Amino acid sequence: MNDLLKDATVTSLLAKLEAREVSSEELVRAYVDRAGALGRLNVYAHLDADRALERARAIDADRAAGRPVGPLGGVPVAIKDVLCVEGEPTTCGSRMLRDFRPPYDATAIVKLREAGAVLFGKTNMDEFAMGSSTESSFHGPTLNPWDETRIPGGSSGGSAAAVAADLAPASLGTDTGGSIRQPASFCGVVGLKPTYGRVSRYGLIAFASSLDQIGPFTHDLADAALLLKVISGRDERDATSVDRPVPDYSASLDRKPESLRIGVAREFFTEGLDPEVESAVREAIRVYEKAGARIKEVSLPHSGYGIPVYYIVAPAECSSNLARYDGTIFGHRAEDWSPRYPGEEDLHPLVRMMMASRAEGFGAEVKRRIMLGTFALSAGYADQYYNQALKVRRLIRDDFDAAFQDVDVIVGPTSPTPAFELGGRSDDLLSMYLSDIYTVTANLAGIPGLSVPCGQTKTGLPIGLQLLAPAFAEESLLRAARVFERETDWHLRRPAIGS
Amino acid sequence: MSSQPYDVVIGLEIHVQLQTESKMFSWGGTEFGLPPNTQTDPVSLGMPGTLPVMNRKAFELALKTAVALGAKIAPFTKWDRKNYYYPDLPKNYQVSQYDLPFSTGGKLDIPPRKDGGGGGHCALTRVHLEEDTGKLTHGVGEHSEIDLNRAGIPLLEIVGEPEIRSAADARGCLEELRLTLRYLGVSDCEMQEGSLRCDANVNLHIHKDGRTIATPIVEIKNLNSFRAVEKAINYEADRQYEKWKRDGLTIKDAPKGTWGWDDDLERTKPQREKETAADYRYFPDPDLVPVVVDEAWLERVRASIGELPAARRRRYETEHGLSAYDANVLVEQGDDVAAYYDAVVAAGGEPKLASNWIQQDVLRTMKDRKVAIAEFPVKPDALADLIGRVGRKELNTNQGREVLGRMIETGDPAEKVIELGGYKMVSDNDAIAKAVEAALAANPQAIADLKGGKKKPEAVKGFLRGQVMKQTGGKANPALVGELLEARLSELLA
Amino acid sequence: MSLSTEEVAKVAVLARLRLAPEELETFTGQLNAIVDYVAQLQALDTTGVEPLAHGVEVRNVFRDDARGPALPREAALANAPKRNAESFLVPAVLD
Ligand SMILES: [Mg+2]
Ligand SMILES: [Zn+2]
Repeated sequence: MNDLLKDATVTSLLAKLEAREVSSEELVRAYVDRAGALGRLNVYAHLDADRALERARAIDADRAAGRPVGPLGGVPVAIKDVLCVEGEPTTCGSRMLRDFRPPYDATAIVKLREAGAVLFGKTNMDEFAMGSSTESSFHGPTLNPWDETRIPGGSSGGSAAAVAADLAPASLGTDTGGSIRQPASFCGVVGLKPTYGRVSRYGLIAFASSLDQIGPFTHDLADAALLLKVISGRDERDATSVDRPVPDYSASLDRKPESLRIGVAREFFTEGLDPEVESAVREAIRVYEKAGARIKEVSLPHSGYGIPVYYIVAPAECSSNLARYDGTIFGHRAEDWSPRYPGEEDLHPLVRMMMASRAEGFGAEVKRRIMLGTFALSAGYADQYYNQALKVRRLIRDDFDAAFQDVDVIVGPTSPTPAFELGGRSDDLLSMYLSDIYTVTANLAGIPGLSVPCGQTKTGLPIGLQLLAPAFAEESLLRAARVFERETDWHLRRPAIGS
Repeated sequence: MSSQPYDVVIGLEIHVQLQTESKMFSWGGTEFGLPPNTQTDPVSLGMPGTLPVMNRKAFELALKTAVALGAKIAPFTKWDRKNYYYPDLPKNYQVSQYDLPFSTGGKLDIPPRKDGGGGGHCALTRVHLEEDTGKLTHGVGEHSEIDLNRAGIPLLEIVGEPEIRSAADARGCLEELRLTLRYLGVSDCEMQEGSLRCDANVNLHIHKDGRTIATPIVEIKNLNSFRAVEKAINYEADRQYEKWKRDGLTIKDAPKGTWGWDDDLERTKPQREKETAADYRYFPDPDLVPVVVDEAWLERVRASIGELPAARRRRYETEHGLSAYDANVLVEQGDDVAAYYDAVVAAGGEPKLASNWIQQDVLRTMKDRKVAIAEFPVKPDALADLIGRVGRKELNTNQGREVLGRMIETGDPAEKVIELGGYKMVSDNDAIAKAVEAALAANPQAIADLKGGKKKPEAVKGFLRGQVMKQTGGKANPALVGELLEARLSELLA
Repeated sequence: MSLSTEEVAKVAVLARLRLAPEELETFTGQLNAIVDYVAQLQALDTTGVEPLAHGVEVRNVFRDDARGPALPREAALANAPKRNAESFLVPAVLD
């Protein structure tokens, strides 16, 4: 590996760029070379090296001329392929959007550009962000840099693996039910899902609109704080983005909280929790105790309903969000839509065209969720399923509101197990779904969540600690996590991968 | 109507495009008639990752309309997705309102018909806001073309109760709605351009042996003119009656049918039924947030509503003493013309004279010159001054017309035109008597006609009055001309 | 509850997904498993609980009625699977 990239973080690279020890162009070239060498990990769905280099040179020129280059001036940031970048392929890991090039940037992308970041590669993901393993991508699975026989988690597996394997110092992902935090824990990096409404969703290709949120992957909390500040804020193009000041997360990060009340939810330590994961998390709680935090047991009585609520709400929204992919205005259109199966002769050719295009364009998991959501909203069932799920959703949020009366953050495992083997759960849908059991409730309640590396299994697989905080309390969430990071060195560990 | 043994039962469903600069959820424009797909933006194309943000003006125009129609405004309203696949609907869901529309109730006025029937009003079920779809054109070949210029334009849906009982009332009701919406400035309501669209639910209540039998309901779509509304409902009523006489089917025997109106053949015809039963799977749009309307906001909306057409007609009749006919003509011209009339009256113009002059001279000139009242060169106080002079008999009507013509040409006030043109009405008995003699001498045939009794005396006298006026160069006081001519003729014919 | 293959086939048409007979079998089994799993929600008493559509509840978010630049027609049509010089094309739809 190029020495330049060894132990690199956004903060360390910025220091070198500012000191003129390295140019952005050299940096980008080093990452491009490494991406070539580690192509087998299948982290990038698309990487336009020329465009990145051109951008790097422009920033180098600005810096040389003394012009302002922004808080990320010259640092490459990888982008989950669910975020629209003008003129670049934005495929969502789907055959449906194989040829789609949006004529606009996502707001988070605009903000990254304004901050001087070099947009670097579109990372692989589960198709339309539906999955927990990055195996459902049209581009094939991404491998976990810590163990190439295992999945990196998902759906933002490419973005997590990119940071873990030093294929980018930071990346953006999206989290609908745990899609940032779970792969962060599987890949031994920091992953932050902000409060719903903290970051604009404009240009984020929707999976489930009321749950989706964009957030950063980084090696440490200082970098996470930096990226979060860049991408946050009210956007007039997203009605659900919230008009609240964006604090300087970096400035407050190292201010140790005067008192820290850590909540431990008993519901996060249930059966199905891997013993190695449990002991790493218990150890992390002891670290907090030693650091002077007060540990308090809390209860989130409805959290067990998180997965069932999620598997109604998210598919319902996705069945509608993904209706637009019918081979009409954009996306894949089938060549042949003549009747093939019984009953199709009675359908209008236009209906068959849409059905054939969607059948060819979508993979199995996407189809399954569209079917499930269509059913949950259909006449005669909506009350029983969808409306009931929205009511339980409120109970889940009320649980958090009550718990946060007594504690500042709630900690627990990010996922019940470490990274599983490729293909290991593809036959068992429910066990795949359950890998989000500790993360979905934050999306349903709209609160921010963070996964930080907190240990490793005997075989060297990373384990993540999840921290949850009240809505818009990212500042205290980051500071609380920093208390742990300061006492430990898990965030410094990098996988031993040859290149 | 009354000759048939049934009542026609009509419920209207009306869509109105609101007059905004930009679309309901995005920045694309709302002009009519642009080349296909030149007025879109990523949001209105439903492109991946794009999000809707509600247009405040659209919501306020909707509120204004509902308040003006006497509807109840919901304190909390939200946006729902109506899911169905169609090529003119890019997202394959329409953002609309389902269980919590922003307004319920209210009514549409039904103006009295010329035959004396009609009048009253039709209750509204609800008014809600939604987005328009694009346009699908069925070409000749194997393809249809999609134009998304219209997609996302704010659309108000007004649903009426089935309380209308004749095609003429349905038409009257719709015309009155258009007038009201134009007064409010919320829509231009051009049916040909699709900014006002109407579907009609029609069935019959047939009276037979003391019982009432209801026929199956037919929804007639694509009614794109007022004439079409009236014709289609009449046609459909006849068709349903004839059909019932043949097959006796009632509302219990058949579901609601969807029919279209063929403007060329002037008949309704069934539309192909949808492929699958409609199941719109409504749910709250997670990309939009609810709207809460408080009393202060409603108060501001109420204050922004001016005098509506019905109230204005009443005022013209009761306060100005205009006939119902005249009041209606003025009000129907729209708020700007009625306001012009009000200004003429406010400047001292006598209401009936003002009404006549505006209806005849002002409107004709506007039409000839294709200008709006705002560009009409004679301002209300100048017109009031002119008609005051006519009223005081300083000018006769013909002279007044000529003076107005000069005022329009030059922009000068009446006084100056009169002075320059030497306009003055001749009320001198001797001069007019001389002119009468001259006119009679020049037209002996007229006297013969009057004596012969073959022609109508009024026509001949009218001709003679014109000849006398001609003798005076059009300046004579017409009342005096009539008086003196009459006196002289009765001498001659005695 | 148990969904039959006929019901699942109807949902597939509603969702505009063409399913091969064997896919229909597989999906019917999988959907039934998931539906059975999520049915546990029905055991919860939610009387008097207001549905929650967003974790963070905001109200009255509007934009000003301002017109922005139109997307150039070429850009609008660029991603279309089938188009002519001015419009998107679909198989003929006749009323
Ligand atoms: Mg469509
Ligand atoms: Zn409608």
